[in-house]
Amino acid sequence: MELSGAQTLVDCLKREGVEYIFGVNGGAAMPIFDALYGDTEIELIPMRHEQGASHAADGYARATGKVGVVLATSGPGATNLVTGIATAYMDSIPMVAITGQVMTQFIGSDAFQECDVIGVTRPICKHSYLIENSEEVADVVAEAFHIASTGKQGPVIIDIAKDAQIHKSLFQYPETVDLRSYKPQVDGDPTQIAKAAALIKEAKCPILYAGGGVVLANASEELRELTFKTQIPITVTLMGLGAFPETHPLAMEMPGMHGSCCANYAFTGADLVVAIGARFDDRVTGDLDKFAPNAKKIHIDIDPSCIGKNVPVDVPIVGDAKNVLTELNKLVDTADIDPWRGQIQEWKQKYPFEYQQKGNKVMPQYVMEQIYEHYSDAIVVADVGQHQMWAAQYFKFTEPRQWLNSGGLGTMGFSLPAAIGAQLGCPDKTVVNINGDGSYIMTIQELVPAITMKLPLKIFIINNMYLGMVRQWQELFFDKRYSAVDYHDNPDFALLAQAFGATGLRVEYPEDVEPALLKAKGIDDGPVVIDFIVAEEENVFPMVPAGKGLGDVIRGLS
Amino acid sequence: MVENRFGVLARVAGLFSGRGFNIDSLNVAETHDKSVSQITLVTHGDAQIINQIYQHLNRLIDVIEVTDISTGTHVERELLLLKICTDDAQKRAEILQVAEVFRARVIDTKPASLVLEITGDQGKLEAAIEIFNTYGILELARTGKIAMPRGNTK
Repeated sequence: MELSGAQTLVDCLKREGVEYIFGVNGGAAMPIFDALYGDTEIELIPMRHEQGASHAADGYARATGKVGVVLATSGPGATNLVTGIATAYMDSIPMVAITGQVMTQFIGSDAFQECDVIGVTRPICKHSYLIENSEEVADVVAEAFHIASTGKQGPVIIDIAKDAQIHKSLFQYPETVDLRSYKPQVDGDPTQIAKAAALIKEAKCPILYAGGGVVLANASEELRELTFKTQIPITVTLMGLGAFPETHPLAMEMPGMHGSCCANYAFTGADLVVAIGARFDDRVTGDLDKFAPNAKKIHIDIDPSCIGKNVPVDVPIVGDAKNVLTELNKLVDTADIDPWRGQIQEWKQKYPFEYQQKGNKVMPQYVMEQIYEHYSDAIVVADVGQHQMWAAQYFKFTEPRQWLNSGGLGTMGFSLPAAIGAQLGCPDKTVVNINGDGSYIMTIQELVPAITMKLPLKIFIINNMYLGMVRQWQELFFDKRYSAVDYHDNPDFALLAQAFGATGLRVEYPEDVEPALLKAKGIDDGPVVIDFIVAEEENVFPMVPAGKGLGDVIRGLS
Repeated sequence: MVENRFGVLARVAGLFSGRGFNIDSLNVAETHDKSVSQITLVTHGDAQIINQIYQHLNRLIDVIEVTDISTGTHVERELLLLKICTDDAQKRAEILQVAEVFRARVIDTKPASLVLEITGDQGKLEAAIEIFNTYGILELARTGKIAMPRGNTK
């Protein structure tokens, strides 16, 4: 059967099980949007900005594990996707970004709304394709989904010239994809796994250090088995939160710059670090020379280039976390490390996350405690900044894909659109968006589609009237010179929400926090925005200053 | 070995610039299999950097195989074209004599210039450039290294 390139594309997306496409329409993508018009299998979600559309596709992918799909036009539509693509790339999120391109004959001529999107996105995507003939569409889509969702996952871009969308060709979808140059190694080397098991057996002060890779590989169960079987204390990174229940006694909470003292001291004192789907990011390790100085390192990762990149590794294991842990679990037993466990418990009890109430202010940490109290089962989508760290610290995540945030790129504006994607992907879950006053206004326009779709999002703004994390650094390292961080001129977010057509509430006193959260719980016919006016100059502690060792953690300002 | 496709070179070169690795020389050509191109790239760095380069190249979807030829015995060659000023007859004779020493071939000759083709390893080509420069090099082009492991590994 002969189909247009655009119709072929839509049919291919159906074969891949796509439920939602997030997009913004425009000239060079019109045939694709037209092919989606009235389609009953794929729902087109019109967003208000391409960046929002990309984060929504990303949030959908993070919450469901499926490939998120975003669609935009050429030129500015495509360049507006860049932040979203880079965000997905840094966190290895499976995503397919489809962009319209000008007619083939105009490519390279600086035509209206032309941009070399392949060139622009080359360093921030896993792979990319430019389609100039409609015959290529089916093969490219099948390859793109295969590449995006296997190995180290990531965004793939498909740029389709407008004439390739229009021209007709025979539709034939490839049953399998076999690329000679792309064969991810998913099974770990048995010899290396045996070596790892031997190191685990010998260790006196071992810790497990799990990251987002465990979530991406759907290996939380295997991680839990490893932890329960060995009874080795575990720290889970910002990207991995939920992979192991933070409510468990062996959980040391997240490590790194704003991580728990316990986890950071544990790294410093450990004689063995077992890294699983974690990448020794600078925000975790601090000064590399002082990082886990006495520890041997086992590193399990799907991406060989990730192993040994920042930290020398004694036992590298390339493979999918699920497969490798399944094999490793067969070889390990309860570790004989009671003194070490005792030390960990002592640190844990001595240095919990804590804060001081200031006058009659709403403390941001208190808001987090209350959110956790009332929404402990929710999917939490955080933005980037102080509120993100407080959420990570005070919310005790128990399930993978329960915590979504832009950990790698640190993209402000990520969370509201990502929450939309997460809510569509998980309609039975409550989705809580924890946002900042700075980040919320970066993609506030996406409140519109959320309202239109009556999504019951709980949008909680931790409003300290500042670009808080930057202000904190200015306070600590720039002599309190608050350059370009004062956001007191922001509008009243509760009134603004009402103007958009959502429920908007403003909370200024501690006693109003809980009633507002309870009220929000009862609103399920659309988004509710609560603007929590919190203590303005509260800082995130503990803190390992950039460039310092984990042992140099500042526990708080007295 | 890479897929012989549009944009592959840009991906490889972009990886080097993006991650702060240096390219000393680069040569790309189609192989006997039209769907495959061979890139010979010379770079430098300590073992950790070379390993990172190797791993990152392998991550590119269009890269079929990466081999570090320098780890084993191998042959390497580079081709150099030199256009040299030959404005008087005596100079011309001298240049031809020196060319003999380098086993250079004359591939074009004009009254006031000639073009030499010289093949060899880097040391030989550098020596040739140094000597011929005393006569006045008008133009120079070199391919960058190509190399192959010795023996019947493939």
